[in-house]
Amino acid sequence: MNDFPILSVVILLPLVGALALLAIPSAKETAIKVAALVVACLGFVVSLPLVSYAEKKGRFAFVEKVDWVPDLGITWHLGIDGISLWLVLLTTFLGPIIVLGAWSAVSKQPKAFFFWLLALQTFMLGTFCARNLAVFYVFWELMLVPMFFLIGIWGGSERVYATVKFVLYTAVGSLIMLAAVFYLYWLHHEQFGSWSLEFAALYKVKTGLSVQGWLLLAFGLAFAIKVPLWPLHTWLPDAHVQAPTAGSVVLAGVLLKMGTYGFLRLGLPICPGAVEEWGWVVMLLAVIGIIYGALVAMVQPDMKKLVAYSSVSHMGYIVLGIFVLNRQGAAGGILQMINHGISTGALFLLVGVIYERTHTRRIWDFGGLAKIMPVYAALFVLVALSSAGLPGTNGFVGEFLTLLGAFQWGHMAHEGGAHWLFSYGFVILAATGLVLGAVYLLWMIERVFFGPVLQDRLRKLPDLNLRELTVFAPLVVMIFWMGLFPEPFIAKMEPTVEELLLDVERAADKTAEVHPWLGSPAMPTPESALADLGEEVAR
Amino acid sequence: MDAHTGVWLLGVVLLLPLVGAVFNGLFGKLVGDRAVTVVGVGVLLAAAVLSWILFGSMLALPADERALQLSIFPWIHVGFFQIDFSLWLDPLSAVMLLVVTNVGFLIHLYSVGYMKGDPGYYRYFAYLNLFIFSMLALVLGENLLVLFLGWEGVGLCSYLLIGFWFEDRDNAKAGKKAFVVNRIGDFGFVLGMLLLWVDFGTLEPVEINHMIGAGEPVSVHPWMLEAAALALFLGACGKSAQIPLFVWLPDAMAGPTPVSALIHAATMVTAGVYMIARLNGLFFEAEFASHVVLVVGAATALLAATIGLVQNDIKKVLAYSTVSQLGFMFVAMGVGAWGVGVFHLMTHAFFKACLFLGSGSVILAMHHQQDMRFYGGLRKYMPITHWTFLFATLAIAGILPFAGFFSKDEILWYSLASERGGWVVYAVVLAAAFCTAFYMLRIMWMTFWGEHRGVGSDLGGNEHGHDHDHEVEVEVDHDHDHDHGHGHGHGHGPPKESPWTMTVPLVVLGVLSLVGGFLGVPEAFPGGLPNLLHDWLHPVFAGADVHVKPAMYHNVGLERGLMVVSLAVAFGSIGLTWLIWGGGRDKLRDVFAEKAPPVHKLLWNKWYVDELYELVLIGPLVRFSREVLWRIIDEVIIDGAVNFVAGFLKQVADKAGRLQNGDVGNYATVMVGGLLFIVLVLAGYGLW
Repeated sequence: MNDFPILSVVILLPLVGALALLAIPSAKETAIKVAALVVACLGFVVSLPLVSYAEKKGRFAFVEKVDWVPDLGITWHLGIDGISLWLVLLTTFLGPIIVLGAWSAVSKQPKAFFFWLLALQTFMLGTFCARNLAVFYVFWELMLVPMFFLIGIWGGSERVYATVKFVLYTAVGSLIMLAAVFYLYWLHHEQFGSWSLEFAALYKVKTGLSVQGWLLLAFGLAFAIKVPLWPLHTWLPDAHVQAPTAGSVVLAGVLLKMGTYGFLRLGLPICPGAVEEWGWVVMLLAVIGIIYGALVAMVQPDMKKLVAYSSVSHMGYIVLGIFVLNRQGAAGGILQMINHGISTGALFLLVGVIYERTHTRRIWDFGGLAKIMPVYAALFVLVALSSAGLPGTNGFVGEFLTLLGAFQWGHMAHEGGAHWLFSYGFVILAATGLVLGAVYLLWMIERVFFGPVLQDRLRKLPDLNLRELTVFAPLVVMIFWMGLFPEPFIAKMEPTVEELLLDVERAADKTAEVHPWLGSPAMPTPESALADLGEEVAR
Repeated sequence: MDAHTGVWLLGVVLLLPLVGAVFNGLFGKLVGDRAVTVVGVGVLLAAAVLSWILFGSMLALPADERALQLSIFPWIHVGFFQIDFSLWLDPLSAVMLLVVTNVGFLIHLYSVGYMKGDPGYYRYFAYLNLFIFSMLALVLGENLLVLFLGWEGVGLCSYLLIGFWFEDRDNAKAGKKAFVVNRIGDFGFVLGMLLLWVDFGTLEPVEINHMIGAGEPVSVHPWMLEAAALALFLGACGKSAQIPLFVWLPDAMAGPTPVSALIHAATMVTAGVYMIARLNGLFFEAEFASHVVLVVGAATALLAATIGLVQNDIKKVLAYSTVSQLGFMFVAMGVGAWGVGVFHLMTHAFFKACLFLGSGSVILAMHHQQDMRFYGGLRKYMPITHWTFLFATLAIAGILPFAGFFSKDEILWYSLASERGGWVVYAVVLAAAFCTAFYMLRIMWMTFWGEHRGVGSDLGGNEHGHDHDHEVEVEVDHDHDHDHGHGHGHGHGPPKESPWTMTVPLVVLGVLSLVGGFLGVPEAFPGGLPNLLHDWLHPVFAGADVHVKPAMYHNVGLERGLMVVSLAVAFGSIGLTWLIWGGGRDKLRDVFAEKAPPVHKLLWNKWYVDELYELVLIGPLVRFSREVLWRIIDEVIIDGAVNFVAGFLKQVADKAGRLQNGDVGNYATVMVGGLLFIVLVLAGYGLW
């Protein structure tokens, strides 16, 4: 079993399936859909053995390492730890749900649509499993392509504007990240005399605080755009509103997590000192995002835009949890990554259901739907409440742990002499999201589902059909499972989280000992930096 | 029955209502109303019986060992943070358990008659069962996180039940308002939990009380205790409708009346009081926070009672009465008289449930008309409702020997005698008690006594009619059944007494309103009766004993004198109502509008608190979010910058070459091509 390249199979299976899809004649639409569903289901099934992950100290498992361009330090190096495990499973879990959800919504060129959808899955999985920066970066960039087509071809009326905006934002972030990657690459060569893009090797590159600050800025920009972190979020509402339902679900469910995953995988280990020093800036933006996203969501007339802005708010929690650098916060943040994928993904699917029936998403066009579609209404309320963090559902566990982490961070900061506004202030502001989350979701529910039925054409709407129920059933199970028994999830991620945080702490301590500009071109080697430091001390 | 059997029974009691809720929710529509009734009411009957068995098993234990603990499963474990889903039964939660399951059962039974024939019958019982489950989780939770699960769960059920008749947008809005206002409180609750966690490393109230009682150097800073207590009290203000978060409860009357009785009078709204009683050690230590509790409680007691004086909707009067009575309970908490607060919580559950169910009986007989000006003389038609309502009225007014006399009088006494009390608080609470008797008797005069006016009565000819035209309209809007609301009063003949499923609970609660007070007879009361409740609860509160002022300690003469004073106040208030409405006088007389129109206006408009919220909070926040955050920051500033960069790049590209022809497909092709090229080159390099 050890030799079986399971991760390669998990990653490449959707792409192979997508290519196989091309062999089916375009006219046979049902066959295409069935094939896509089968591929997505298979993708989930082959990823299930990964659950057996049980490494001590949260190390990587299912590792595959094949030399690709050894001279340049590029290897096909894969592996998952307690963090990426859940993101991989989230991706494969959502796969069939998305395909089934898009079943009747795709009217033109279903073959191309499902091709890109499946290809996208491969690219996302590759990003989560990569242990070599080259692999990571290539997959990271490739993800843009299917998204580009999914929104650009199957999107709404403003799809070109939305696509260009999305691509522009992401491309700018990627370019800046690329610069940072090359710099790091060069620095590794300077310090160790060999070219490598292995994560593990790059973690060992010694840098001073100021250099780390610049690296964090460069990586952070790319990640912050993906998250998206305020104020780099304006591509998201447009992309969501214009994207077809399936696109929105992938976007909210998995793609946004690329940003937070990037922070965990690269941001923290490469720039630990900078994260300790300037992490509060990111936290501040996250907290602003929590409140800002919620407030703007509150006044949206379009259901999809409302959910999109709510994502800005929820993703803020995740970033906050990651940057407080304690176990509860990080575990809460990672849980929230999964929760957001499930709950917000489900919300987009639900909005898609009603859009397919009525071709409108304007909140004011509805009213009294609970009478006409009771099952749909009940599901909507349940999912919305899980999104608002009702205890007993998934949202609460992640949100509470994040707040707990933020509180502990604030407590430490306050003990360290920080003013209470700059310590406890973060968690107090973040907790207002609890109130605002209820406001915008319940407002939408009240307008859409309650009150009298104002439009006669709504009266004939059918309730959820069997296919739609099948789509939502697994999501509902997950909502309660993760809300009531999050233990299995936490238990597998906790060792990894613990080790990660210990590494960051140790590395941050080391950073504090070296010259802030260690690693800059003027000061290429640790030896010369130390020499400089020695001279300074001598003076 | 030994304690071990009891432990698992605890889990059964909790799960029974959940089973009922799931069954009725999923299958209720298929199996029909009869099966829904059997399951929905049956689980409550079983839970009530089991809770008596549990109570019995606790009685068998020695007083200081009365505690059962049941861990069901590990919930959230991250690092040091280890929270299990576990239950805890001690004398305090046992009292709550009995109240919730027994009053809950009576109201379930009552609902069978009240909700008969409603198309959402199954949905109603699913929600009601779910509510009981949540309430039991709240009461039995061993740690604050389980308590919070119940806390938000009851809030959810409240939301669903207030908006039960959701076709009327006002009902849905009232439900939303309740949830959102409660969430503001829950914001405080969460912060309070975080503070307690950092401070104590546990979220178990019993453990926290113990640590404080043992004087362990727990707190990093004294202010953290105070902050935690204040934050949790904000949660209590939301759930228990205290200033400034009481505004949702009057609107919550949009729900079916049994819901108002169960959730918005007897059980859920007392959760804040219970939470403070649960954390008595914390509030014992947090003296400043306790003062805040006291001031807020006393102010709410009086403010809500004054609003109750002039309202015409029978349920609105009772709603403000509930807010006011909860204020009484918080006064007890504020002066550290934990047991007394719980005592009033219990008696209030009896008489206020009785009052609400009585009003429901009237409302049903009056075809969902809730405006008391259309009532009158119902004593003749509805004798059982009348007598039980009268008993409960005398109880809440504080007339000896009804239940409310004992519990309210204890609150009055401790508001003066406790170290944390004083004459000002006493006077405020006494004034609130005066108002209480007044507005309750006003209901009696307008509803049950005098001549029946009937739904079709000509109010326009009344001398105050013009003042109220607007109000009548408003009230009618609140009437969920208003398609038939008006005309039917005459068509159906005289009002009829309700069926047995409704009158039996009324009688039981009416009797409890009469005798319930004897569970907690104060020491100073002549006759030497034991204070059963005080003794029962003693082990829970022993560690947080707020002292009585030395001058008042065992001052039987003073305490008895004050009992006479409060009785005099109650009778005085009743006498005043007789002077206004008694004999053959006009039952619609509106003394406040006559004598002091500005006061009437202020009270009628509920001190303009809702308007104030709209003006200073909701309106500005919505406008700011829309006009500034969205329209300016997002769409003008950030997008403007993005578009500027995009335009700039386009210009550069245009100058650089003809690549840029505006066709997105072209960019994509180039992008894909480029990436594929890189990958292929790398792959080729690797293979070669």
